[in-house]
Amino acid sequence: MDDIMKTVNDYTPVEYDVRYILMVNSLKKYFPIKDGVISRTVGYVRAVDGVTFNIERGTTMGLVGESGCGKTTVGRTILRLAGEKTGGQVLFNGREVYDIPNKEMNRDYRTKMQIIFQDPFSSLSPRLPVGEIIGEAVREHKIVPKSEYDDYIDKVMSDCGLQPFHKMRYPHEFSGGQRQRICIARALALKPEFIVCDEPVSALDVSIQAQIINLLNDLQEKYGFTYLFISHDLSVVEHISDSVGVMYLGNIVEYGTKEKIFDSPLHPYTKALFSAIPVPDPSQKTNRIVLEGSVPSPASPPEGCKFHTRCAQCMEICKKKAPVQTEAEPGHFVCCHLYQDQNSGEN
Amino acid sequence: MRTYIIKRLLISVVILFFTGLIIYGLMRSLPTSYIESMAMTKSMAPGSKSYDEWMEQLTAMYHMDVGILPGYIQWIGEVFRGNFGDSWKWSVPVLEKFNDSVWISFTMGLIAFVIEMLIAIPLGVLAATKQYSKTDYTISVAALAGISLPTFFFASLLKLLFSVKLGWFDLYGLVGRDYEQLSQTGKILDQAKHLVLPIVTLVVVSMGSLMRYTRTNMLEVLNSDYIRTARAKGLSERRVIFHHAFRNTLIPIVTIVGGSLPGLFAGALITETLFAIPGIGYVSYQSMVSGDIPFSMFYLVFMAVLTLLGNLLSDILYAVVDPRVRVA
Repeated sequence: MDDIMKTVNDYTPVEYDVRYILMVNSLKKYFPIKDGVISRTVGYVRAVDGVTFNIERGTTMGLVGESGCGKTTVGRTILRLAGEKTGGQVLFNGREVYDIPNKEMNRDYRTKMQIIFQDPFSSLSPRLPVGEIIGEAVREHKIVPKSEYDDYIDKVMSDCGLQPFHKMRYPHEFSGGQRQRICIARALALKPEFIVCDEPVSALDVSIQAQIINLLNDLQEKYGFTYLFISHDLSVVEHISDSVGVMYLGNIVEYGTKEKIFDSPLHPYTKALFSAIPVPDPSQKTNRIVLEGSVPSPASPPEGCKFHTRCAQCMEICKKKAPVQTEAEPGHFVCCHLYQDQNSGEN
Repeated sequence: MRTYIIKRLLISVVILFFTGLIIYGLMRSLPTSYIESMAMTKSMAPGSKSYDEWMEQLTAMYHMDVGILPGYIQWIGEVFRGNFGDSWKWSVPVLEKFNDSVWISFTMGLIAFVIEMLIAIPLGVLAATKQYSKTDYTISVAALAGISLPTFFFASLLKLLFSVKLGWFDLYGLVGRDYEQLSQTGKILDQAKHLVLPIVTLVVVSMGSLMRYTRTNMLEVLNSDYIRTARAKGLSERRVIFHHAFRNTLIPIVTIVGGSLPGLFAGALITETLFAIPGIGYVSYQSMVSGDIPFSMFYLVFMAVLTLLGNLLSDILYAVVDPRVRVA
């Protein structure tokens, strides 16, 4: 098992490019599997296994994939909320997030990078009134002067469609949609630059989903946020994103601008995934690509390309050698042997 | 809230009636009968009446010549007149005997309880925040050792070490030999000194479970999503632990604490016996084995009242600390 840990830092460091607020390079996050009486580490769940992407300032990147593919772990690992990373780089405004001392991280960087969690029911402390949930960090980080504090909280709340009198209420008195608004207001109140939206709408019903998505869009226009929007709902991602990454078993198999990904997907997995989007037209025939089998365990992923066990276009090389991410066309990256041979030969 | 409390109190009365009936029935059905043994002793005396004649006379004298249910009703009737009767074994009014013995147990229990909370809760929090670390394992092992140690064994160890070997404390008793000659403060200090070992015993054997309980609950809270939210806000670890996590851990702890209040009046039978402290635990035990119905009835029903009140109290406290349970 030690062999795995030796190779986690085999990557070429990236140079900081000012265009990108966030640069993620070969990011890895493994969770140890402990077993036996003395809790020896017997293996690793490779939740995130070498993820590379960049997000431009003020844009939204969608991250899609089936459940268990590591989307949420990517979001949390970027924000340093899941313990130490296993390997790779996370550059936020050019600074390696994991090299920031704890104190400075809490004081300066937590406010700039925020997260909205999937479940608005469990992510709000049941013991605090809403005003305190939103305002606590504002006060702790002195985001606004004391005299403006009350007005500021009111403003943030009304930005998110909440009434100021909601301040005194407790989370359990709100509906799901309202609670997600509270979560958004909480993140927003810290004047962040970058927000990870970890499936912010999947716990809500469809009509509320639209409201929340539009709210996020409006806020982005108003304040110029950058979003990493994690979701398994392709139509939501298509609506909100500028660029899209598709994840499978801890890897990003394909990523590029939304148009490229949705109009001309390259990777067999992306094609299969998109063929599953329902079309609201009963007369139209769809060519659904049905994937055989189920997702392999991230504790013992297949050799070579991780997708080869389910890929319709599997070749010999796929079983032996893992493909690397290549730029198939400008701004469109794919991680598949089908395109590697044509475009970059050597790889 | 008021309606709720009144409703709970009314239900408690019903529960209390039946609890009392069960206790009374049990006491009457015990194989050790105070009256029987008394009749036996009296009939042994030279030139005395026969055992049967004594039995008849004594049974009538102690009003035990009726069935369980009428006897119980009779007892309740007396209670409503504020009369708990005289203790058979101690030959003084029940209330007087109770009053004589309960306060020493209560003081001892309360001090032990406060110390227990002061040690167990912070240790539990510490163990949870450093889960699976050496600190955590050390605390957990110590807690388990405390839970597993039999009181009599641990108390004997303490006595061996601190009384016999080191000679710091007296072996037993509540006051020293020269108690009467001491000044007022000296008397208090003397009693306090005699309470040290019993209290240490009580704290060590009961601390473990509260600590484990705090740890478990704290861990549950620490793994919840809103703690991740608090971390994501960039709050200091201190604030995350104490302001967010600990507040939520308080709910189950309050329930436990409310539930253990009656225990303060129940006394600590084994500890009191080992250290020869005339507390309520020891006294009630002796009353029960000798079949002293008036005293046992009073003591056990009093415990039932306290348990019911303790439950009600913890439910009310629950509402105080948890906004979700507050009844509008």
